[in-house]
Amino acid sequence: MESNQVMKQIKEKYQQVEILDNHLLVPETDIKAVMKELRDAYGYNVLSNETAVDYQEYFEVIYNICRVPEGDMINIKVKIDREKAEIPSVVDIWPSAGWQEREIFDLLGIRFTDHPDMRRILLEDDFEGHPLRRDFKWVGGRD
Amino acid sequence: MEVNKQSKEQHPIETMTDDPVIQEQVKRTIALAPLEKLLNQSRAHSIWPMTFGLACCAIEMMAAGGPRFDLARFGYEVFRPSPRQADVMIVAGTITKKMAPYIKRIYDQMPEPKWVMAMGSCAMSGGPFVDSYSVVPGTDKLVPVDVYVPGCPPRPDALTQGLLLLKDKIRDPKVVENEPWKAIK
Repeated sequence: MESNQVMKQIKEKYQQVEILDNHLLVPETDIKAVMKELRDAYGYNVLSNETAVDYQEYFEVIYNICRVPEGDMINIKVKIDREKAEIPSVVDIWPSAGWQEREIFDLLGIRFTDHPDMRRILLEDDFEGHPLRRDFKWVGGRD
Repeated sequence: MEVNKQSKEQHPIETMTDDPVIQEQVKRTIALAPLEKLLNQSRAHSIWPMTFGLACCAIEMMAAGGPRFDLARFGYEVFRPSPRQADVMIVAGTITKKMAPYIKRIYDQMPEPKWVMAMGSCAMSGGPFVDSYSVVPGTDKLVPVDVYVPGCPPRPDALTQGLLLLKDKIRDPKVVENEPWKAIK
């Protein structure tokens, strides 16, 4: 089955999902169920990338998942509220999400609920703020 | 024991014996010097650097150790993987704030006497990343630095030159104050 057919079937099952040019826009409440469905029913067995973007009004978390035997990829985006900045973790579906979600938390401050080890990964533990946020201001460096 | 200074008029050996053969042989083969100077002489000619590459400068450091630029000509080729066996730490690359505590710790683990070289503009001052939230602006914020090698990255020749300047400094630490142009040249 081609990946655009998969997207259509997901759309039929979950009414709130939108199909935009080449990706699925999934509401935050459905993300866990959609991901589980994609892995178990359609065989998307690798989370090749997980990242996030700050669009000033909202955050967007982006998942690129692929299935190794067929070799195709599907992009999933989730808009989340900037003030709350929380989303369910997908570590229990793809364990490789562990460090990527820690990186997103470190740089953008999005908290992943149910993540087993939610702490900073790249910056030192006592760092204040999240540097990839648009409103992050860094003072220092040269003296 | 007081050692008389060697003068043209009378060598100390002349007060001890009259035998011209012994006098000549002693004058020819024996030189008196403080022990520290003697040790420094051997230290300066066989510096063991520590393999401490943090970024792209490490590639140039490896090239300097390889056959084309051949740091071994000067006796500095024994790159040690352990700080306990090393004399000089060549900080080659960008120091991130997360790496900083380990640099301090490795410096503390090195036995005295020890020296530090900052290789490349990142290790000297933070380089292009000086304004970044994650980079330490210069090795000298953490540990004392003896030789700075500018460049981005410096050529292997520049690293060799840096090590030769370090050699001069080890042989005579006063060279820094007396002949600063040596370093600037």
